[in-house]
Amino acid sequence: MDRMPKWADALLVPLISLIIAFFISGLVILAIGEDPIAAMKLMIDGALGSTYGWGYTLYYATNFMFTGLAVAVAFHAGLFNIGGEGQATLGGLGVAVVCLALPWPHWSLALGAAVIGAAAFGALWAAVPAWLQAKRGSHIVITTIMFNFIAASLLNYVLVNIMRPVGSMDPASARFAVETKLPRLHEILGLVGIPFNNRNPANISLLIAMAACVLVWVLIWHTRLGYQIRAFGKSEKAAVYAGIRPVRITMYAMLISGGLAGMMAVNNVMGEAQRLVLNSVEGAGFIGIAVALMGRNHPFGVFLAAILFGFLYQGGAELALWTKIPRELIVVVQALVILFTGALDNMVRMPVERVFMAFRKAK
Amino acid sequence: MVGNEILGRQDTAAPSAPLAIELRGISKSFGPVQANKNISIRVARGSIHGIIGENGAGKSTLMSILYGFYKADSGEILIGGKTVTIPDSQSAIRAGIGMVFQHFKLVQNFTVLENIILGAEEGRFLRPSLTKARAVLKKLAEDYELDVDPDAVVEDLSVGHQQRVEILKALYRQADILILDEPTGVLTPDEADHLFRILRGLRDQGKTIVLITHKLREIMEITDHVSVMRRGEMVATVTTADTSPEDLAELMVGRKVLLHVEKSPANPGRTVLEVENLRVVDDNKVERLRGISLQVRAGEILGIAGVAGNGQSELLQVLGGISNGTGIVRLNGESLDVTGKHSDGQTRRAKGIAHVPEDRQHLGLIMDFTAWENMAFGYHNAPEYQRNALLMNNEALRADTARKMERFDVRPPNPTLAAKSFSGGNQQKIVVAREIERNPDLLLIGQPTRGVDIGAIEFIHKQILALREAGKAILLVSVELDEIMSLSDRIAVMFDGRIMGERLPDQTNERELGLLMAGMGDK
Amino acid sequence: MDFLTLLQILDSTLRLATPLLLACLAGMFSERAGIFDIGLEGKMLAAAFVSGAVAAVTVNVWLGLLAGIGASLLLAGIHGLASITFRGNQLISGVAINSLAAGLTVLIGQNWFGLGGRTPSLVGDGRFPPLTLPFSEALAPVPVIGPIYHDLISGHTFLVYGAMALVPASWWLLSRTRFGLRLRAVGENPAAVDTAGVSVVRMRFAAVAICGVLCGLAGAYLATGLSAGFVKDMTAGRGFIALAALIFAKWRPVQAMGACLLFGLLEAIANRYQNIDLGGVIIPVQFMQALPYILTVVILAGFVGKAVPPRAGGEPYVKER
Repeated sequence: MDRMPKWADALLVPLISLIIAFFISGLVILAIGEDPIAAMKLMIDGALGSTYGWGYTLYYATNFMFTGLAVAVAFHAGLFNIGGEGQATLGGLGVAVVCLALPWPHWSLALGAAVIGAAAFGALWAAVPAWLQAKRGSHIVITTIMFNFIAASLLNYVLVNIMRPVGSMDPASARFAVETKLPRLHEILGLVGIPFNNRNPANISLLIAMAACVLVWVLIWHTRLGYQIRAFGKSEKAAVYAGIRPVRITMYAMLISGGLAGMMAVNNVMGEAQRLVLNSVEGAGFIGIAVALMGRNHPFGVFLAAILFGFLYQGGAELALWTKIPRELIVVVQALVILFTGALDNMVRMPVERVFMAFRKAK
Repeated sequence: MVGNEILGRQDTAAPSAPLAIELRGISKSFGPVQANKNISIRVARGSIHGIIGENGAGKSTLMSILYGFYKADSGEILIGGKTVTIPDSQSAIRAGIGMVFQHFKLVQNFTVLENIILGAEEGRFLRPSLTKARAVLKKLAEDYELDVDPDAVVEDLSVGHQQRVEILKALYRQADILILDEPTGVLTPDEADHLFRILRGLRDQGKTIVLITHKLREIMEITDHVSVMRRGEMVATVTTADTSPEDLAELMVGRKVLLHVEKSPANPGRTVLEVENLRVVDDNKVERLRGISLQVRAGEILGIAGVAGNGQSELLQVLGGISNGTGIVRLNGESLDVTGKHSDGQTRRAKGIAHVPEDRQHLGLIMDFTAWENMAFGYHNAPEYQRNALLMNNEALRADTARKMERFDVRPPNPTLAAKSFSGGNQQKIVVAREIERNPDLLLIGQPTRGVDIGAIEFIHKQILALREAGKAILLVSVELDEIMSLSDRIAVMFDGRIMGERLPDQTNERELGLLMAGMGDK
Repeated sequence: MDFLTLLQILDSTLRLATPLLLACLAGMFSERAGIFDIGLEGKMLAAAFVSGAVAAVTVNVWLGLLAGIGASLLLAGIHGLASITFRGNQLISGVAINSLAAGLTVLIGQNWFGLGGRTPSLVGDGRFPPLTLPFSEALAPVPVIGPIYHDLISGHTFLVYGAMALVPASWWLLSRTRFGLRLRAVGENPAAVDTAGVSVVRMRFAAVAICGVLCGLAGAYLATGLSAGFVKDMTAGRGFIALAALIFAKWRPVQAMGACLLFGLLEAIANRYQNIDLGGVIIPVQFMQALPYILTVVILAGFVGKAVPPRAGGEPYVKER
């Protein structure tokens, strides 16, 4: 017998977790002598009060959709991919290689190739931990953490020793050709007559991320592979009984997961920076964990949670600009969300279940 | 009726000797399920007291209450005549109770000595405890035939020796009362004999032994008194010498034991499954199948009898493509790969083998999946469940599930409920429906009615027989001898990874099969 | 490379290995008790910040140390609450603790000191002083042994010697005491401990608390021993290197010291040289930085001796019959 209705599990529990996380964050703001209500107003104003703010919110949300989906797909296979950070780093490398390798005549061709390059590099970086997990039983959480650090060193080496233009002191790649510049959101919305601010980095990658949400939904619930991934994630033993091959499913799930994380680079490297710099991922890989947990591993939930975190990110930047509250407040909120929706899930869930049980009995 | 007479004289066996344990009116519920209903029992000091009952009769729950794992909802526990409360294992140990669980509670990479002293150390430092334990162990080994190398690492020990370590643990804590939960389930007959010798020795030294089992033979062989439990209730306590296995069996199940199944005479056709010299070696390099050869023909049920753990599970798993082995397996004359290189559960199904696994909760179903998702489990590649090359047709799958649930009388007939929301019997019906409705050439079916209510048992038996009527080959594995006797056309008995002999059901009896199951065969 | 350079590299190896070793031993106690901890980094960071801040304000390094341990213990308590009391996912809890520390240290640091997340530089009694071992000056002129004793062995802070002393102490505690036996058992088979009448919850909380104290020492050393004050993100992945060392050492204390010294040496070399020329083959500094992680992956892959973690690790204990 289910202890509580599905909607409570999917919406109520994460919502309560979020409220607790926000409440504690509010206390933190109070503790450092600022006004949480004013801060919230400022955040809403800065992130959602103008199309400029919305542009940044959606730009960040695009990153988090990719990394959130990456974590969610792996979760469905019962795998915890903490390596989104490294996979997105490698995805950046893939984008840079693609953009710099050929004189692209048009952005659309470059975009297609960059998506493939980003996904391929990200998938490659997930493939090794996946293979080690499937074949050698090496704990994928530890190996993906290690691969985050190895990715950082690798990128550092490549930028300093290989991709840095002659004469430049900056550990960064050359600028991409102007033809590879992706259409910004205001240009796209302009086509249908919606005015949108033009000084923000939101770009066509947002549409790719939204398409990715839909595709992941189709994959997980409407394809044989998705069925096998979910079955394997619930019970490896039973999956073997059904003839589902663990090695194959582990590899597929992690390749898709790494590919999605890698595709984030299309947004930040190609869509925004137009060159590859050190630490361009900026923790988006870890935010993906919070986004997936908050979104209950459902692509639509991931979509909403990504926008929420995009809002927090942009709002946090505004806060840092106008108050003495540093951007790191958002890292605290993110930590609290992970804590309450992930690790302390039972603490939130059990009282809610009890309420529903009592309610049912009363009826 | 004999049974009612026994019921009527429930307390005739009330021991006159001083009592080691007395339970008064113990009740315990888990949610809506009442595992123990107003249980009272008196166990005499210095006796071996059996508690017998079917799976799920509430035996283990009762003993877990006695060992402080669960708290009874109501009732009273008296140890040595004094009322005690046992909130945790520590209190149970202090009250002189030791427990040997069915699944041993040993730290695998610790030595025997370390396991013995764990929780019963002499002080902050280990050395004095180890020295003392070594001496005590030596003494116990001499007194009770309980010899184990104190410095051996537990994971290197045989199952029988590990069990001795559990007994030693209890004795080291100076337990006067020793509870053993299904102790022979994992033992070879030799090891079981040795265990019984140990238990008798302990009794003769004044210890009280409580033996939980569902095996009548053990009860008759070793106990002084026996209590029978049925569906959470204590139905009788009798002196073993005054009773018979038949009486006890009837008390246990509460009705005539032999299920009568209407069955037409067998009409076997061509050979469907041929197995020659099949061997399986497990992860610990132990040979679990030692050269199995058998045949199953169309329109025939071959029943595999045997005590659990004698290789039946491995046989089903290797035939079902779950695990690997060596040897020859032919289906309809065509050779099958059993090495796992080119085979798995999918290729087996494609060849026409359906498999109802022994463990439906961990193998046969994904408990979090809905009924309709489970209906595709193993058949997710079936063409009728696909919309096109990319997408599955979930609507078709739901409709198909609804049909099958209807036909198999699954209740409630709701395809969108999660598997875990159904009762055991209905879960099993989902699995059986999924496998039988595929119209396989060969059905592998393990413990078809374990944990299934009476109504569903009869339904499932009928379905198996219908498949036989339809000319299919069926390999049935069950530890329930009644089930094997009433369904099979031929019976093969497995013991220690081998087939000890084959019998026809109308030319044999439980006694003969029991001997084969105990390894006393004609080979 | 001359003798003096070698001494300097080894000297800095000792300094750099110390926080790794403390964190590694911390992780060992937690994981041997069955609680995975990928939040070593966060606990160290929190301890580094709080000890740096308190030492700066009070100009008393001991108060700083105590406060640092307190901060680390608080986070350890959250980890215990999540993974023991509420049977949550230990890995997710670790991720949350790392983020929490990364955010809060800067947030509070900025609020208190306004230095962009740094704490004021520590002077005088705000730092751990180097201890000069006896006869250090007297032995200094003796060739070879003198410099080794005077420059390498002598002249470290109390925490360096403390960390080294903790290695045999941890070994003894784990293998020779009742506490150690129960702690190891609870990480291998908690049901065995439970049925033996010992509280699994209490043992695991004890282990998590020890982990908190040791992470506190590690973090305090970073801010008050290795450096003179806290800077943003000053752990710089050391918590994960410690985790790597723990796996490398297969969860054993003496081997943990070896692994930490090795990883400390790699860091010392990477700090000193940009690229290393090994007879024509140039090893880039980034490779040296990545080496601990690469080695750990190789060990985890089981190509060089399989690393088998404690059997009950990562699993919340649920009472079963």
